[in-house]
Amino acid sequence: MKKIMAILLTVAVAFFVFSNLYNTDSDKMLFGDNNPEEAVSQQYVNKSVDPERARPETGSANIVTSVVVNYRSFDTLGEITVLFVSALGVALLGGVLRKKVTFQYKPGFILNQGMTIIAGIVLITGIYIFVHGHLSPGGGFPGGAMIGSAFLLMYLSDETFRAKITGFKILEGTAGSLILIIGLVGLSTGGYFLYNFLPNGTVGDLISAGIVPVLYVLVGLKVGSEVSNILGNFFSGEVEQ
Amino acid sequence: MSQYLYIGLMLVGIYGLLSQKNIIKLILSLNILELGLNLFIISTGYSGGNKAPIIVLGNEGGYVDPLPQAIVLTAIVIGLGVTAVALMLARNIYKKYGTYEIDEIRGDDDD
Repeated sequence: MKKIMAILLTVAVAFFVFSNLYNTDSDKMLFGDNNPEEAVSQQYVNKSVDPERARPETGSANIVTSVVVNYRSFDTLGEITVLFVSALGVALLGGVLRKKVTFQYKPGFILNQGMTIIAGIVLITGIYIFVHGHLSPGGGFPGGAMIGSAFLLMYLSDETFRAKITGFKILEGTAGSLILIIGLVGLSTGGYFLYNFLPNGTVGDLISAGIVPVLYVLVGLKVGSEVSNILGNFFSGEVEQ
Repeated sequence: MSQYLYIGLMLVGIYGLLSQKNIIKLILSLNILELGLNLFIISTGYSGGNKAPIIVLGNEGGYVDPLPQAIVLTAIVIGLGVTAVALMLARNIYKKYGTYEIDEIRGDDDD
């Protein structure tokens, strides 16, 4: 009976979605009808590379990065705050679990030895991704998640592995404070929070786009340490200090 | 065409949330719902044959819409946080009641 109700509700939601997806009577835009040349995103492209401007607004080759870390960087600050609150919640909820987690299997020889090779490669790839966040796909969040996944593999492959949670907390706090300090420097030099006060350089260079790569490296370090912190809380089951 | 697949994923997630009674399956349904929504939002920015929005000097224009991608990047991170807290809550529930099934938790009132 309950499953039939669930199916009926799902069908109702499906009917609502599909009837609005191609509803030609409404004055909203139809799905697949967008033209990027006319949308607001074209302005971001133009402002990033317009040769007639004295200096480009961001100078970042990756437009998604220029939106996330320059135009909407205050929103990104809120985003990493949400991640921090989530890590804090995991740490607080995990505080009631004092027992150490043990797996029901022993990590095999191949997993154990393969990790010694793969962990370094995964870590370096993560760092590469967030350093090149303004040039290539990726950025601070995927790079940080890759660093976290390297630590997850370390936890899985070695039962005795324990990351130093205190070290991650220091790294996380330092990165977060530096983001705020950079924002305040922008406030004092440019007049608004997180102002891009550094020179923008040439589009496509590694050192270009002003504060965008600096902020993204800090975001990557903060996200990586937070994800590792969450994993550490899951596997050790207790909070330090 | 692929938007139907994404809406389908979303509906699978909604059905799972409504019908399942295992906490881990509920968290998985939430993640599937979120994945379908994220993919659907990205697909609204797609327009046929355009490239990823990374500027190559001398060859500007013809990019897909970068704004949905930037917004979905935020949504993915929030989803990660929600999932982490939900899994830790599920672990605490298992620690207290010894089961992941909602029905069995409800029947147990010796606390």
